[in-house]
Amino acid sequence: MKRHLISAADLSRGDALLILDTAEELASLADRPIKKLPTLRGRTVVNLFFEDSTRTRISFEAAAKRLSADVINFSAKGSSVAKGESLKDTALTLEAMGADAVVIRHSASGAAHRLAGWVRGSVVNAGDGTHEHPTQALLDAFTIRRKLRGTSRTSRTSGTSGRGAGLEGIRVTIVGDVLHSRVARSNVLLLSTLGAEVTLAAPPTLLPLAVDTWPCAVSYDLDTELPKSDVVMMLRVQQERMTAAYFPSVREYSRRYGLDAARMARLPDHAIVMHPGPMNRGVEIAAEVADSARSTIVEQVANGVTTRMAVLYLLLGGTEFPAVAS
Amino acid sequence: MGATSHPVAGRDGLAVLDAEEIRRALTRIAHEILERTHGGDEVVLLGIPTRGVPLARRLAARIGEFEGLEVPCGSLDVTMHRDDLRFRPARALGRTELPASGVDGKTVVLVDDVLYSGRTVRAALDALTDLGRPRAVQLAVLVDRGHRELPIRPDYVGKNLPTSQREVVHVLLAEVDARDAVMISDAGGPS
Repeated sequence: MKRHLISAADLSRGDALLILDTAEELASLADRPIKKLPTLRGRTVVNLFFEDSTRTRISFEAAAKRLSADVINFSAKGSSVAKGESLKDTALTLEAMGADAVVIRHSASGAAHRLAGWVRGSVVNAGDGTHEHPTQALLDAFTIRRKLRGTSRTSRTSGTSGRGAGLEGIRVTIVGDVLHSRVARSNVLLLSTLGAEVTLAAPPTLLPLAVDTWPCAVSYDLDTELPKSDVVMMLRVQQERMTAAYFPSVREYSRRYGLDAARMARLPDHAIVMHPGPMNRGVEIAAEVADSARSTIVEQVANGVTTRMAVLYLLLGGTEFPAVAS
Repeated sequence: MGATSHPVAGRDGLAVLDAEEIRRALTRIAHEILERTHGGDEVVLLGIPTRGVPLARRLAARIGEFEGLEVPCGSLDVTMHRDDLRFRPARALGRTELPASGVDGKTVVLVDDVLYSGRTVRAALDALTDLGRPRAVQLAVLVDRGHRELPIRPDYVGKNLPTSQREVVHVLLAEVDARDAVMISDAGGPS
């Protein structure tokens, strides 16, 4: 594995499977009386969040703490960033404090990549603008594999069928605001690396310019895609990033690309419904769908902690990188 | 002791135990476990991945044959508790699977293939502490090759094998390696 996790494209198939298999073993920790491992004792993980986030920040914090790392939370509000400090100066401050890993969320695409050039520790991208969010893609892949490849550990003696397996033959449809979605980009890259067939279903205005170079198919019609899908991943309509009118009205968007009970009924029986959160109930996903048995939304959050533990362990658990050891 | 009457030198080094001798050693250990634990009541066998796991299963099967007793058997991965993590690249985790009965109040017998520095066993003791509180913990190994770096001693030993630290001991098991044997070779031999 590389030293940083900036993009889902940094992960080879072997790397991705190693992360998923590690997460699979770590998942059993949740059933144990002591949900903590000593592995990262004495390591410091900084959560550097320039953008609001609930689940990702808490998820990384829980993951680092379960591995016994020290966690420093930094949010732009109430920090020197509010006084105009640049990313580079913030990075140098963190460097001086000896961070072994920096988890960064930033509104600018490429911020994680820039940061990686300034700090000696590992950088984990927790979402940079409309670019990437690789750990979200990993937890989605993990959720898909557990649900559809049968590693879900209902009993402690269950088999090992999902271990080492990719996502070959699984058809994933990613629906909605692809243009502003770092989740979509990371998922397309990772899921195709793992062998899944990905289709984007979105209005033409919400697809990025060079989408034809992505390793996926594109469709403008959700209804024809649904019966062929094993997984439907609904994306949030990111109105805070929208600077122009991308669709006539929210109601029209919802009618053509929203997932309601009637649309859900067109899915095959085994299909699952995913959403990276936070949801706009009634816009891209109806409340009855979000709360249905097919929805994996709550499970995705639980799997997020496990997957991020796997990432932190694999980046920090081994040999210290020469630059850090000095 | 299962003497190595006909040591066979081969591609993988020198065979010091063959399949038959491994079978006899495990049979003896199974009897010793029954004897020492007064009939094997409340015993849980936990194998340390990779090769401790099939050894634990074989011991459980033997005890089942001898006493008609079903001994709970599982695996205990120690990777996350190792003391040498910082000196090697991060490695894939093995599997931890506890029997449904858990380990609280039980006599846990840890099972591993080779006992060497004792560091793996130390990690296993730590890992076990996080999983529950056994009444007692014992250690069974197929080969004890000496050179302990920690105050750890096995309760059941298949074969004591005096080695030099330059030598490498490989335990091969049918479940993992398609055949049963214990091999010894000089460093620089098969990895």
